[in-house]
This record gives sequence, C-alpha cells and structure tokens, in this order.
Amino acid sequence: MAEKVIYAMYDDDDVLKDGAKKLVSNGVKISEVFSPFPIHGIDPIIGVKNTRLGIMAFLYGLTGLTLATYGMRFFMVVDWPMNIGGKPNFTYLDNMLAFIPVTFEFTVLCAAHGMAITYLLRNKTLPGIPAQNPDPRTTDDRFVIEIRMSENHKVSEEAIDKLLTETGYVEIDKKEIK
Amino acid sequence: MQKEAVIREPLILGHKSYHDVTEDVCRPIEDKAPRMWYILFGIALIIGLYGVGCILYLLGTGIGVWGLNKTIGWAWDITNFVWWVGIGHAGTLISAVLLLFRQKWRMAINRSAEAMTIFAVFMAGLFPLIHMGRLWVGYWVLPLPNQFGSLWVNFNSPLLWDVFAISTYLSVSLVFWYIGLIPDFATIRDRAKKPVAKKMYSILSFGWSGRAKHWNRFETVSLVLAGLATPLVFSVHSIVSFDFATSVIPGWHTTIFPPYFVCGAVFSGFAMVQTLLLVMRKAMGLEAYIHTKHVEYMNIVIMVTGSIVGTAYITELFISWYSGVEYEAYAFLNRATGPYWWAYWSMMTCNVISPQLMWIRKLRRSLMFTFFISIVVNIGMWFERYVIIVTSIHRDYVPAAWSMHYPSHIDIGVYIGTIGLFFVFFLLFARYFPVLALNEVKTILKGSGQSYKESPDYHKHH
Repeated sequence: MAEKVIYAMYDDDDVLKDGAKKLVSNGVKISEVFSPFPIHGIDPIIGVKNTRLGIMAFLYGLTGLTLATYGMRFFMVVDWPMNIGGKPNFTYLDNMLAFIPVTFEFTVLCAAHGMAITYLLRNKTLPGIPAQNPDPRTTDDRFVIEIRMSENHKVSEEAIDKLLTETGYVEIDKKEIK
Repeated sequence: MQKEAVIREPLILGHKSYHDVTEDVCRPIEDKAPRMWYILFGIALIIGLYGVGCILYLLGTGIGVWGLNKTIGWAWDITNFVWWVGIGHAGTLISAVLLLFRQKWRMAINRSAEAMTIFAVFMAGLFPLIHMGRLWVGYWVLPLPNQFGSLWVNFNSPLLWDVFAISTYLSVSLVFWYIGLIPDFATIRDRAKKPVAKKMYSILSFGWSGRAKHWNRFETVSLVLAGLATPLVFSVHSIVSFDFATSVIPGWHTTIFPPYFVCGAVFSGFAMVQTLLLVMRKAMGLEAYIHTKHVEYMNIVIMVTGSIVGTAYITELFISWYSGVEYEAYAFLNRATGPYWWAYWSMMTCNVISPQLMWIRKLRRSLMFTFFISIVVNIGMWFERYVIIVTSIHRDYVPAAWSMHYPSHIDIGVYIGTIGLFFVFFLLFARYFPVLALNEVKTILKGSGQSYKESPDYHKHH
C-alpha cells in the first residue's frame, strides 16, 4: 500500500527544533529527523527514547571479565599449574594479582567490540547497505523532518501543511512510498 | 546550544557556514592530489620498501643480523617498539580523555591524531613480531589449544600482558576511529560524482543516513567507548613499562615506571601530532580549524607531561643513590657518566629543558618554534628508551661480560623503514579520508565559531 510522506527541509538545526516543537504540540507525529550531526535536544521532542547500548556494553564487559577469570584459572591453576621461581600457582586467589592486567584488557576488549557490533546491527549500518537519507544534502548542511501520513490520522494534511509553512522550512517535498 | 565566554578564543576562525565546513574538508579529497603529495608519497614508499626488504632479510637469516650480542639482548628493536607505542598514545588520549573532559578543541585534531595512533601502533606491533625471528609461529602467543600437551602461554609474564594490551588497544582504537568516520564518509558519499568514488565511499559509510535515533546511539557509543578507552590508554603503557619494571635488572626494576612511561608516551605522542598537523593544516588549507590556539593547547600538554617526565628522571636518579643499593646506584652513574653519556645527556636536554621553554607564551604560540621542539622531543624520547634499555644491560654484574651495542645496517634499515611505512599510511589517510571530524566540528560552529561569537545577538539568542 502506498503511503504519503512529507519531507520538510530546513537550513538550520535550531529552526528545525523550534518547528518540531510546534508540530508536536499541535498533535503531529514526526516519524524521523535526518541531520548531518546530532541535534542536541531533539530526541525528547520527537519521542526518541534514549538508547540502552550502555547497558549492553556493561553486560559484554561482564562476559569478558568472567571469561578471562575462568580462562586463566583453567590455564594457570587447573590444567597445568606452573611453578615459577618456586612460587607455584596452587589457587586462583594466590596468583590473582598477576592476572589483573589481562583480565582488565579482556573486559575492555569484549565491552568495546560487543557494543560496537551491537551498534552497527541495531542501526542496520553495515558495508553494502544503501543509504536511506531522503536528500543527499542531509549529510552536508540540510536538516529534514519526515512526516508519514499513515501515522497522522488525527491531523489533516492541510493542517500539517499550514503548520509547516509557519515553521520556516526552505524546501518541501511530498512522496508516495510503498 | 552550548554557550561559552566571549573572551575565550574562537575555535573556528572566519565566517564559516555548515556547508563551508563540508567544502573545506572534502575539497582536498575530491580534487587532484598536489604534486607535493606524490613526491612525499614516493619518498615514503621507497624508504618503507627498503624497510620491508630489511625485515625480509632478517626473517630469512635470523635476528643475528641485528647488532645484538650475549650481553645486550634488547636494543633498537625494543627501543623502537616502545617509541612507536608511545607515539600511539596521543590519538586515543585526545579523542577519549578530552571527550570525557568536554574539551571542544579536540574535535579539530582527533581524527588525524587517531589515525596517527593506529599507524604508530601498527609499526610498534611489528617489532615484537619480528623479534620472534620466526614470524610464522607468532600465533603461539595466544592461548590456543595445541598438540604439545597441556601447554599454555604464561599469564604471569608481562610480555604476555603486552600481547593482550597492545592488541586490545589497537583494535579498540580502530573501532573508535571508524565509528566516528562513518558519518563523515556518508558526507563524502553524498557529494561524490565519480561512480567509483561513490561506490567506495558508499561501502565505507555503511549506509549511514543520519537518523535521530542513530545519532542518539552514536553519542552514547562515543561516550562509552571513550570511557573504556581512557583506562586503556593508561594501562597500555603501564603494561609496556612492566616489561622492564618487573625484571630484576638494576635501572629497570623501578616502581616509578608506569606513570613515568605513560607521561612520556603522551609527551612524545603530542609532539608527533604537532609535527604532522603543522604540515597538514598548511598543505590542506585547514588553518581556520587548526590554528594557533590548538597548537598552544597541545604545547601546554607537552609542557605538563614533559615536566612530569623531567621530575621522574630526577627522582629516579635520586632514589638510585638514596636506596643504598650499589648496583642500582652504579646503573645510573654509568648512564650519566659512562660510555653512553652522550645518549643520556641528549635525552636530558631534549626532554627536560625543551618543554620548559613552553612557559613563554610567545614561544608556545609560535608555529615554527613548535615544529622545531616537536622534532626535538621525538628525538629525545627515542633516546630515553635507548638509554633505559641499552645502558641498563650493557654492563651487567660480571665485568668480563661488559659490552657495547653497535647497530647493524639492518637495525637502522628496519627503524627507518617503519618511519617510511608510517608516512605511507598517513599520506594515504590524508588523501582519501576526511582528516577532520567534519560533522563533529559542525556541532561547535555556533558555540565556538568566530562569526557567531562576534554577532551581536550571540548572548541574547535562546
């Protein structure tokens, strides 16, 4: 089913932000904002929730910590206890101090890479994926508000047009997308 | 939008718009490379290939081709390794530590400083690998199940800690750098006209579209990665220093090593950033973004870390006497007055005296002087590692075994070769990658740009 989408383009991030506030307060649902750089403060206006990637990083880090601890306990204490300079590895605790550097490094390794991979997957940004920004200028100096009519049943198209005109856009484009 | 005091110098000079920032950074990539680029690239490539030749000869013959002997088992190889790792410390420090401290001047320099970091760590990693002699069994440093019985690597050894530290540092820095590059590649992709360039940058930009949710995630990922990379920066050079500090060699067995090495690393890293950026800003016309104020900030970092390094040298000297250990005392006396006195005093002059000149405002804001000092510091920091490594072991407990180290032409060739390879990578980066975090710079344009600061309603707006 084809649906109608309005793209309103702005040349300033602050103008877009004020415009978005106005639209939202009049009951318009903004589906997406495209910008060349992060517009600080836009997320709560258009209802973008804060990401939970930080929590994921913590969990990946915890995984790394556990793996490193169990790994070194197995290599150095269980499987082949080494006797270095008359100081054998009888228990993990006896020798833990020497394991701290690698434990730390491995924790960071898992947290950083785990989070980076999750970030790319969640964004669906991977090599070979085509760009989806509505206009190539949105990675340069243009800012675009996307309004999908299917998400706006309460407000009529004419009312949205009128509101948009008041926000001071520089260009407007309407498209039918499948 | 964040505001800052008007008296604070603007970080972006001139009357730039968002589009101007894009133009200024993308133009050198889209235009034909200047003749000078080809000349420099050619020179770097020849030197790099000579280094590769030396490495191949070394691998074919064995590390006996180095000037090592049975007293001096580590010399130029490990000196070069520590020197390159040290240089590789500025990039992540700039992008991670300065991000946590919300220092906006980092945005103009973080991209190229991080590129420098990654290439420097490549060069550093090469030395322990070729020092193995048998490069093809390099994977034995990893705890892999094997056919030699229950034989594992020794997790008590600082050399193994180094394997983990350097590989973690390299891969995390690479990821941090690349995540920042994705939106900038998207900008180049959307401007590209030639089909091949468009295709290449399209692949490199991973289909980035700049959605609000993506930017939200981007900022969180940058912040968390900075939080992870910050202790990583400090841990890596601490662990490099453990290679020496946990041994029982007088002159190495020193508890002061970790902080002393970390400061030395930041010191040398910033010097290398200055060397590269002072040329790059001129060659690529980025004077509006990387200007005197940025250079001054970096010189202040050089001054502070240089002073810490100087304090460490003097502390070390004092403690060697105060400890009452005669071997320790001799090691330091021998450094300063023995056959390697010239290396010791070059190190002292380059690293202790030169950063103190940065107290003078006129000097630290002078670009020519900064460039000169940055070279001096790079030389001094190479000597520091040479002094620590060679002078501590060339006279051991048995005077019959006392020896001197003379580098062979392979020693020199491999070292010079890594400098060539480093510049090959850096020049390729400068040619094809956005050398400035252009989209990040746009976020500070209104807060720290000259035209906005000078506009009459800068303080009334919002």
